[in-house]
Amino acid sequence: MGAKEKPKLAMYWASACGGCEISVLNIHENILTVDEVFDIVFFPCIADFKVKDLESYPDGYIDICLFNGAIRNSENEEMAHLLRKKSKIMVAFGSCAYEGCIPALSNLTTKDATFDKVYLNNPSIDNPEGILPQVVTKVAEGELTLPAFYHTVKSLDQTIDVDYYLPGCPPEPHQIWAVLQVVVGALLEGNPLPPAGAILGAGTAAVCEECEREKGEKTIDRFYRPYQLDPDPNQCLLEQGIICMGIATRSGCGALCPSVGIGCRGCYGPPDGVIDQGAKMLSALASVIDAGDETMEDDELEQKIQAVIDTIPDPAGTFYRFSMAHSILRRVKNGKGDS
Amino acid sequence: MSEQFEPVIVGFLCNWCSYRAADLAGTARIKYAPNLRPIRVMCSGRVDPQFVLQALRSGADGVLIAGCHPGECHYVNGNIKALRRFLLLKKTLSQWGIEDERVQLLWASASEGIVLAERVNKMTEEIRALGPLRWHDKVLGDNGAIPIPVKEI
Repeated sequence: MGAKEKPKLAMYWASACGGCEISVLNIHENILTVDEVFDIVFFPCIADFKVKDLESYPDGYIDICLFNGAIRNSENEEMAHLLRKKSKIMVAFGSCAYEGCIPALSNLTTKDATFDKVYLNNPSIDNPEGILPQVVTKVAEGELTLPAFYHTVKSLDQTIDVDYYLPGCPPEPHQIWAVLQVVVGALLEGNPLPPAGAILGAGTAAVCEECEREKGEKTIDRFYRPYQLDPDPNQCLLEQGIICMGIATRSGCGALCPSVGIGCRGCYGPPDGVIDQGAKMLSALASVIDAGDETMEDDELEQKIQAVIDTIPDPAGTFYRFSMAHSILRRVKNGKGDS
Repeated sequence: MSEQFEPVIVGFLCNWCSYRAADLAGTARIKYAPNLRPIRVMCSGRVDPQFVLQALRSGADGVLIAGCHPGECHYVNGNIKALRRFLLLKKTLSQWGIEDERVQLLWASASEGIVLAERVNKMTEEIRALGPLRWHDKVLGDNGAIPIPVKEI
């Protein structure tokens, strides 16, 4: 097969940590196969590609684009639109592109508060003149520009059309490899592609299904932070009072975190049929709180439940750790949406 | 002529007690604020927190969840589930800056039409004082107009 016929692959990072790129490289020796099968045409993490290279390609030139990272600023948005135009298949790769992930936690605060913490009032910051990043700065040599920082972090599909989703923070290497094989099969052998909008490289049920811990009846009279408890190695973490998002999280990772004694963080997003992962987690978790005796007086009952709830210090940040941008409400009330 | 703000309150009323309380309020011709939009659910324990969030996102200014008194649930303890979810939801909503008055829980038995009517009156006034929520345009901006896509495998 000539080099010209190779399907073309792009991978780009927007508001992300770079872990998704590492997880692609983590498919071990298969990375050589990727290089053999695909022609890599845009991948700033591993090789020197410029935006002007991308701009020079004809529309639809790239066969598959793995886009990771959330849409935090105008540059992220611009690149998302450009890559959409140049790509046949757009994959929201990893939790940030799929549902906002850690960057979208800043939707729980405002742009002003974020700037204050990052540039002004922070023990490790020395900024006596209170200089903040500006979109346009005039200097002697002319005008300098920076991308505009948005009020609200968006997921990729809130910005452009997305064909497939690959959840995970980061996606598990064996899942990435499985998805790439499906795509290669489709592009080279004409196998059918999965239906548009599908979530690839993951299961459909909850993480509990893959978790080998013993599960019994759950009644929780208080929650523990991970450092407060040395969990039993075999019993369900939630039953021990450790918040484990496994009950409201899509399977596919093999229950990695619970198997080493850490409650599931929820990075694979909601399972099938759930829109708002945090709300579903809230619902499920509240159902297993020890409500005491049903013959209790109303006030007493409420106090007992409230005491258990008080042991969860940050419910929104815990339940929506990865899915804030994709949640029903998306951001907190004070602070207008995108400018 | 100044127009008064009329809050929209979505009410999830349980089939066995609170929906009947609303029925009774009607047949007893109790006059109360017309701001409640009742939705009958089989049990207050059926109210998924997603319903509440979706109502707020879609334009409701407040949500009332109403069920049987503790110990009187048709399904034994569905209302206790509702109470537990409500308390945790309230704590979470406060992190969103959504005032406590906007989402309320009420126990109203089938004979308590007056209890339901009084709460709707009180809640309407409380929300009127807070002002409209209008999540779409006030909080999300234009971006809020995009519906959340439903994913299928």
